[in-house]
Amino acid sequence: MKFGILVNEGPFTHQASDSAYRFTEAALEKGHEIFRVFFYHDGVNNANKLSEPQTDDRNLVKLWSELAEKHNLDLVVCVAAALRRGIKDELLAAGFHISGLGQLIEAGIQSDRLVVFGD
Amino acid sequence: MSEMPDDDESGPEIVKRFMYVNRKAPYGTIYALESLEMVLVAAAFDQDVSMVFLDDGVYQLKKGQDTGAIGMKNFSPTYRALDDYDVEKIYVEMESMRARGLTEDDFVIPVQVIDSASLREIMANQDVILES
Amino acid sequence: MLHTVNKSPFDRNALDSCLRLAGSGSAVLLIEDGVYAAFQGTAFADRIAGRMDEITFYALGPDIAARGLNESPLIDGVTVVDYGGFVDLVAEHDASHAWM
Repeated sequence: MKFGILVNEGPFTHQASDSAYRFTEAALEKGHEIFRVFFYHDGVNNANKLSEPQTDDRNLVKLWSELAEKHNLDLVVCVAAALRRGIKDELLAAGFHISGLGQLIEAGIQSDRLVVFGD
Repeated sequence: MSEMPDDDESGPEIVKRFMYVNRKAPYGTIYALESLEMVLVAAAFDQDVSMVFLDDGVYQLKKGQDTGAIGMKNFSPTYRALDDYDVEKIYVEMESMRARGLTEDDFVIPVQVIDSASLREIMANQDVILES
Repeated sequence: MLHTVNKSPFDRNALDSCLRLAGSGSAVLLIEDGVYAAFQGTAFADRIAGRMDEITFYALGPDIAARGLNESPLIDGVTVVDYGGFVDLVAEHDASHAWM
Protein backbone atom coordinates (compact mmCIF):
# COMPACT_ATOMS: atom_id res chain seq x y z
CA MET A 1 0.00 0.00 0.00
CA LYS A 2 1.14 3.57 -0.71
CA PHE A 3 1.13 6.03 2.19
CA GLY A 4 1.28 9.79 2.14
CA ILE A 5 2.37 11.40 5.41
CA LEU A 6 1.64 15.00 6.44
CA VAL A 7 3.65 16.51 9.30
CA ASN A 8 2.16 19.74 10.63
CA GLU A 9 4.48 20.53 13.54
CA GLY A 10 8.17 21.10 14.02
CA PRO A 11 10.59 18.86 15.90
CA PHE A 12 10.55 18.70 19.71
CA THR A 13 7.80 21.20 20.61
CA HIS A 14 5.12 18.68 19.69
CA GLN A 15 5.28 14.89 19.47
CA ALA A 16 3.86 15.03 15.94
CA SER A 17 7.19 14.66 14.14
CA ASP A 18 8.23 11.77 16.39
CA SER A 19 4.92 10.00 15.86
CA ALA A 20 5.11 10.55 12.11
CA TYR A 21 8.67 9.24 12.03
CA ARG A 22 7.84 6.08 14.03
CA PHE A 23 4.77 5.48 11.88
CA THR A 24 6.75 5.93 8.66
CA GLU A 25 9.47 3.62 9.88
CA ALA A 26 6.91 0.95 10.87
CA ALA A 27 5.15 1.22 7.52
CA LEU A 28 8.44 0.72 5.67
CA GLU A 29 9.29 -2.28 7.87
CA LYS A 30 5.98 -3.83 6.86
CA GLY A 31 6.87 -3.43 3.22
CA HIS A 32 4.59 -0.51 2.43
CA GLU A 33 5.64 2.30 0.14
CA ILE A 34 5.87 5.91 1.30
CA PHE A 35 4.73 8.07 -1.61
CA ARG A 36 5.77 11.34 0.05
CA VAL A 37 6.27 12.98 3.43
CA PHE A 38 4.99 16.56 3.28
CA PHE A 39 5.84 19.17 5.89
CA TYR A 40 3.38 22.03 6.44
CA HIS A 41 2.81 24.76 9.06
CA ASP A 42 5.65 24.54 11.59
CA GLY A 43 6.45 21.11 10.19
CA VAL A 44 8.85 22.87 7.83
CA ASN A 45 11.19 23.27 10.80
CA ASN A 46 11.94 19.54 10.61
CA ALA A 47 14.16 20.42 7.65
CA ASN A 48 16.43 22.82 9.53
CA LYS A 49 19.97 21.44 9.42
CA LEU A 50 21.05 23.83 12.18
CA SER A 51 18.99 21.94 14.77
CA GLU A 52 21.30 20.84 17.56
CA PRO A 53 19.49 18.84 20.25
CA GLN A 54 21.30 17.55 23.34
CA THR A 55 23.64 14.73 22.46
CA ASP A 56 21.80 12.14 24.54
CA ASP A 57 18.52 12.89 22.80
CA ARG A 58 17.21 11.90 19.38
CA ASN A 59 18.08 14.23 16.50
CA LEU A 60 14.83 14.35 14.54
CA VAL A 61 16.20 16.31 11.60
CA LYS A 62 18.97 13.75 11.16
CA LEU A 63 16.58 10.84 11.66
CA TRP A 64 14.39 12.08 8.82
CA SER A 65 17.42 12.68 6.57
CA GLU A 66 18.77 9.20 7.26
CA LEU A 67 15.42 7.51 6.73
CA ALA A 68 15.07 9.40 3.45
CA GLU A 69 18.45 8.28 2.27
CA LYS A 70 17.96 4.66 3.30
CA HIS A 71 14.56 4.34 1.63
CA ASN A 72 14.78 7.00 -1.09
CA LEU A 73 11.95 8.99 0.49
CA ASP A 74 10.53 12.19 -0.96
CA LEU A 75 10.60 14.76 1.88
CA VAL A 76 8.84 17.92 0.72
CA VAL A 77 8.74 21.21 2.59
CA CYS A 78 5.94 23.62 1.66
CA VAL A 79 7.40 26.76 0.06
CA ALA A 80 4.86 29.24 1.47
CA ALA A 81 5.09 27.88 5.02
CA ALA A 82 8.87 27.66 4.74
CA LEU A 83 9.32 31.25 3.58
CA ARG A 84 7.24 32.53 6.50
CA ARG A 85 9.46 30.65 8.92
CA GLY A 86 12.79 31.42 7.29
CA ILE A 87 13.45 27.91 6.07
CA LYS A 88 15.33 28.39 2.83
CA ASP A 89 17.37 26.15 0.53
CA GLU A 90 20.64 26.96 2.28
CA LEU A 91 19.21 25.70 5.60
CA LEU A 92 17.82 22.41 4.34
CA ALA A 93 19.09 19.18 5.80
CA ALA A 94 19.92 16.34 3.40
CA GLY A 95 16.96 14.68 1.78
CA PHE A 96 14.55 17.62 2.08
CA HIS A 97 13.49 19.85 -0.78
CA ILE A 98 11.12 22.79 -1.05
CA SER A 99 8.06 22.69 -3.27
CA GLY A 100 4.43 23.78 -3.46
CA LEU A 101 1.23 22.71 -1.70
CA GLY A 102 0.25 20.94 -4.88
CA GLN A 103 2.64 18.18 -3.87
CA LEU A 104 0.50 17.53 -0.78
CA ILE A 105 -2.68 17.38 -2.82
CA GLU A 106 -0.97 15.06 -5.28
CA ALA A 107 0.06 12.85 -2.35
CA GLY A 108 -3.57 12.73 -1.26
CA ILE A 109 -4.65 11.75 -4.75
CA GLN A 110 -1.92 9.22 -5.55
CA SER A 111 -1.51 7.56 -2.13
CA ASP A 112 -3.85 4.87 -0.90
CA ARG A 113 -3.87 6.50 2.52
CA LEU A 114 -2.90 9.98 3.74
CA VAL A 115 -2.00 10.11 7.44
CA VAL A 116 -1.80 13.43 9.28
CA PHE A 117 0.32 14.23 12.34
CA GLY A 118 -0.07 17.59 14.08
CA ASP A 119 -1.05 19.50 17.15
CA MET B 1 -12.22 5.57 -3.28
CA SER B 2 -14.29 7.40 -5.87
CA GLU B 3 -13.12 7.20 -9.46
CA MET B 4 -14.46 8.81 -12.60
CA PRO B 5 -14.23 6.98 -15.89
CA ASP B 6 -11.90 8.80 -18.21
CA ASP B 7 -14.53 9.61 -20.85
CA ASP B 8 -13.67 13.30 -20.78
CA GLU B 9 -10.00 13.59 -21.64
CA SER B 10 -9.68 16.97 -19.98
CA GLY B 11 -10.72 15.60 -16.55
CA PRO B 12 -8.38 14.17 -13.93
CA GLU B 13 -7.79 10.40 -13.85
CA ILE B 14 -8.54 10.03 -10.19
CA VAL B 15 -11.15 12.06 -8.33
CA LYS B 16 -11.21 11.71 -4.58
CA ARG B 17 -13.43 13.23 -1.94
CA PHE B 18 -11.24 15.67 -0.01
CA MET B 19 -12.60 17.18 3.17
CA TYR B 20 -10.91 20.09 4.93
CA VAL B 21 -11.89 20.22 8.58
CA ASN B 22 -11.53 23.51 10.44
CA ARG B 23 -11.80 23.39 14.21
CA LYS B 24 -9.69 26.31 15.34
CA ALA B 25 -10.43 30.00 15.75
CA PRO B 26 -8.62 32.54 13.55
CA TYR B 27 -5.63 34.68 14.57
CA GLY B 28 -4.76 32.90 17.82
CA THR B 29 -2.94 30.38 15.65
CA ILE B 30 -2.05 30.25 11.96
CA TYR B 31 -4.01 27.09 11.16
CA ALA B 32 -7.11 28.88 9.86
CA LEU B 33 -5.10 30.96 7.39
CA GLU B 34 -2.79 28.20 6.18
CA SER B 35 -5.70 25.77 5.87
CA LEU B 36 -7.54 28.25 3.65
CA GLU B 37 -4.40 28.70 1.54
CA MET B 38 -4.28 24.91 1.16
CA VAL B 39 -7.90 24.71 0.01
CA LEU B 40 -7.36 27.39 -2.62
CA VAL B 41 -4.38 25.49 -4.05
CA ALA B 42 -6.29 22.21 -3.84
CA ALA B 43 -9.17 23.67 -5.85
CA ALA B 44 -7.01 23.57 -8.98
CA PHE B 45 -6.84 19.78 -8.87
CA ASP B 46 -10.48 19.15 -9.81
CA GLN B 47 -11.15 16.92 -6.84
CA ASP B 48 -14.44 16.62 -4.97
CA VAL B 49 -13.74 19.20 -2.26
CA SER B 50 -15.73 20.07 0.81
CA MET B 51 -14.95 22.23 3.82
CA VAL B 52 -16.32 21.79 7.29
CA PHE B 53 -16.29 24.32 10.09
CA LEU B 54 -16.88 22.86 13.50
CA ASP B 55 -15.99 23.60 17.11
CA ASP B 56 -14.07 26.90 17.19
CA GLY B 57 -13.60 26.70 13.42
CA VAL B 58 -17.00 28.39 13.04
CA TYR B 59 -15.41 31.59 14.33
CA GLN B 60 -13.28 31.77 11.17
CA LEU B 61 -16.38 32.81 9.24
CA LYS B 62 -17.50 35.56 11.59
CA LYS B 63 -18.32 38.90 9.94
CA GLY B 64 -16.75 42.16 11.05
CA GLN B 65 -13.17 41.03 11.66
CA ASP B 66 -11.10 44.17 12.26
CA THR B 67 -7.46 43.22 12.72
CA GLY B 68 -5.83 46.64 12.55
CA ALA B 69 -4.96 46.88 16.22
CA ILE B 70 -3.41 43.42 16.36
CA GLY B 71 -1.38 44.12 13.23
CA MET B 72 -2.40 40.95 11.40
CA LYS B 73 -3.84 40.55 7.94
CA ASN B 74 -7.64 40.18 7.93
CA PHE B 75 -8.06 37.17 5.67
CA SER B 76 -11.83 36.65 6.17
CA PRO B 77 -12.66 38.26 2.78
CA THR B 78 -10.73 35.41 1.18
CA TYR B 79 -13.50 32.97 2.06
CA ARG B 80 -15.55 34.70 -0.67
CA ALA B 81 -13.02 33.42 -3.21
CA LEU B 82 -14.03 29.84 -2.49
CA ASP B 83 -17.05 30.26 -4.72
CA ASP B 84 -14.85 31.46 -7.62
CA TYR B 85 -12.71 28.36 -7.10
CA ASP B 86 -15.80 26.12 -7.32
CA VAL B 87 -15.59 25.08 -3.68
CA GLU B 88 -19.30 24.93 -3.05
CA LYS B 89 -19.70 22.31 -0.34
CA ILE B 90 -19.13 24.43 2.74
CA TYR B 91 -20.65 23.02 5.90
CA VAL B 92 -21.04 24.47 9.37
CA GLU B 93 -21.98 22.13 12.18
CA MET B 94 -25.18 23.41 13.74
CA GLU B 95 -24.29 22.27 17.25
CA SER B 96 -20.96 24.14 17.15
CA MET B 97 -22.61 27.25 15.76
CA ARG B 98 -25.40 27.30 18.35
CA ALA B 99 -23.11 26.52 21.26
CA ARG B 100 -21.24 29.70 20.38
CA GLY B 101 -24.36 31.81 20.10
CA LEU B 102 -23.98 32.29 16.35
CA THR B 103 -26.40 32.13 13.44
CA GLU B 104 -25.94 31.95 9.66
CA ASP B 105 -26.35 35.73 9.53
CA ASP B 106 -23.06 36.09 11.40
CA PHE B 107 -21.03 34.56 8.58
CA VAL B 108 -19.16 36.26 5.73
CA ILE B 109 -20.34 33.69 3.18
CA PRO B 110 -23.45 31.56 2.69
CA VAL B 111 -22.95 28.09 4.18
CA GLN B 112 -24.89 24.88 4.64
CA VAL B 113 -25.68 24.45 8.32
CA ILE B 114 -26.07 20.78 9.10
CA ASP B 115 -26.52 18.78 12.28
CA SER B 116 -24.01 16.31 13.72
CA ALA B 117 -25.87 13.28 12.43
CA SER B 118 -25.75 14.56 8.86
CA LEU B 119 -22.14 15.66 9.19
CA ARG B 120 -21.23 12.25 10.57
CA GLU B 121 -22.51 10.61 7.40
CA ILE B 122 -20.76 13.05 5.09
CA MET B 123 -17.47 12.61 6.92
CA ALA B 124 -17.72 8.82 6.81
CA ASN B 125 -17.73 8.96 3.02
CA GLN B 126 -14.58 10.99 2.52
CA ASP B 127 -11.40 9.62 0.96
CA VAL B 128 -8.95 12.17 2.36
CA ILE B 129 -9.53 14.25 5.49
CA LEU B 130 -7.21 17.13 6.29
CA GLU B 131 -7.67 18.83 9.61
CA SER B 132 -5.41 21.68 10.59
CA MET C 1 -12.78 5.39 8.97
CA LEU C 2 -9.89 5.36 11.41
CA HIS C 3 -9.92 8.31 13.78
CA THR C 4 -6.80 9.24 15.71
CA VAL C 5 -6.96 11.48 18.75
CA ASN C 6 -3.68 12.84 20.06
CA LYS C 7 -4.79 15.18 22.84
CA SER C 8 -5.84 14.55 26.40
CA PRO C 9 -9.63 14.91 26.76
CA PHE C 10 -8.97 17.23 29.69
CA ASP C 11 -6.87 19.55 27.50
CA ARG C 12 -8.85 19.74 24.27
CA ASN C 13 -12.27 18.80 22.97
CA ALA C 14 -10.79 16.66 20.20
CA LEU C 15 -12.00 13.36 21.72
CA ASP C 16 -15.38 14.87 22.50
CA SER C 17 -15.88 16.04 18.91
CA CYS C 18 -14.49 12.79 17.54
CA LEU C 19 -16.99 10.74 19.55
CA ARG C 20 -19.82 13.00 18.43
CA LEU C 21 -18.93 12.61 14.75
CA ALA C 22 -17.35 9.16 14.35
CA GLY C 23 -19.66 6.90 12.38
CA SER C 24 -20.80 3.40 13.13
CA GLY C 25 -18.15 0.83 12.28
CA SER C 26 -15.25 3.22 12.66
CA ALA C 27 -12.19 2.82 14.86
CA VAL C 28 -10.66 5.34 17.24
CA LEU C 29 -6.95 5.11 18.01
CA LEU C 30 -5.69 7.13 20.96
CA ILE C 31 -2.10 8.29 20.49
CA GLU C 32 0.32 10.70 22.19
CA ASP C 33 -1.51 12.55 24.99
CA GLY C 34 -4.75 11.01 23.77
CA VAL C 35 -3.90 7.77 25.57
CA TYR C 36 -4.94 9.29 28.91
CA ALA C 37 -8.55 8.70 27.82
CA ALA C 38 -8.02 4.94 27.58
CA PHE C 39 -8.11 4.26 31.30
CA GLN C 40 -10.73 3.39 33.86
CA GLY C 41 -11.67 5.88 36.51
CA THR C 42 -11.61 9.07 34.48
CA ALA C 43 -14.53 11.33 33.69
CA PHE C 44 -14.35 10.11 30.06
CA ALA C 45 -14.46 6.37 30.66
CA ASP C 46 -18.25 6.24 30.43
CA ARG C 47 -18.31 8.24 27.20
CA ILE C 48 -15.95 5.80 25.55
CA ALA C 49 -17.74 2.75 26.91
CA GLY C 50 -20.98 4.29 25.73
CA ARG C 51 -19.90 4.21 22.10
CA MET C 52 -18.37 0.75 22.10
CA ASP C 53 -21.40 -0.78 20.46
CA GLU C 54 -20.51 1.07 17.26
CA ILE C 55 -16.84 1.99 17.54
CA THR C 56 -13.70 -0.07 18.21
CA PHE C 57 -11.16 1.63 20.46
CA TYR C 58 -7.40 1.26 20.40
CA ALA C 59 -4.53 2.93 22.22
CA LEU C 60 -0.87 3.17 21.23
CA GLY C 61 1.29 1.09 23.58
CA PRO C 62 4.52 3.08 23.25
CA ASP C 63 2.66 6.27 24.28
CA ILE C 64 1.07 4.44 27.25
CA ALA C 65 4.46 3.18 28.42
CA ALA C 66 6.08 6.59 28.00
CA ARG C 67 3.51 8.16 30.29
CA GLY C 68 3.93 5.60 33.07
CA LEU C 69 0.52 4.06 32.48
CA ASN C 70 1.48 0.42 31.87
CA GLU C 71 0.09 -0.70 35.22
CA SER C 72 -3.08 1.39 34.96
CA PRO C 73 -6.29 -0.48 34.17
CA LEU C 74 -7.50 0.07 30.64
CA ILE C 75 -11.18 0.54 29.93
CA ASP C 76 -12.51 -2.94 29.01
CA GLY C 77 -12.58 -3.32 25.28
CA VAL C 78 -9.70 -0.96 24.47
CA THR C 79 -6.97 -2.81 22.55
CA VAL C 80 -3.35 -1.77 22.81
CA VAL C 81 -1.36 -1.71 19.56
CA ASP C 82 2.20 -0.75 18.63
CA TYR C 83 3.31 1.36 15.66
CA GLY C 84 3.01 -1.71 13.42
CA GLY C 85 -0.56 -2.10 14.62
CA PHE C 86 -1.15 1.60 13.90
CA VAL C 87 0.01 1.02 10.33
CA ASP C 88 -2.29 -1.99 10.02
CA LEU C 89 -5.25 0.03 11.27
CA VAL C 90 -4.63 2.73 8.69
CA ALA C 91 -4.37 0.12 5.95
CA GLU C 92 -7.55 -1.69 7.07
CA HIS C 93 -9.74 1.42 7.03
CA ASP C 94 -10.62 3.33 3.87
CA ALA C 95 -9.46 6.67 5.21
CA SER C 96 -8.17 8.28 8.38
CA HIS C 97 -9.06 11.46 10.26
CA ALA C 98 -6.54 12.90 12.69
CA TRP C 99 -8.37 14.91 15.39
CA MET C 100 -6.04 17.44 16.95
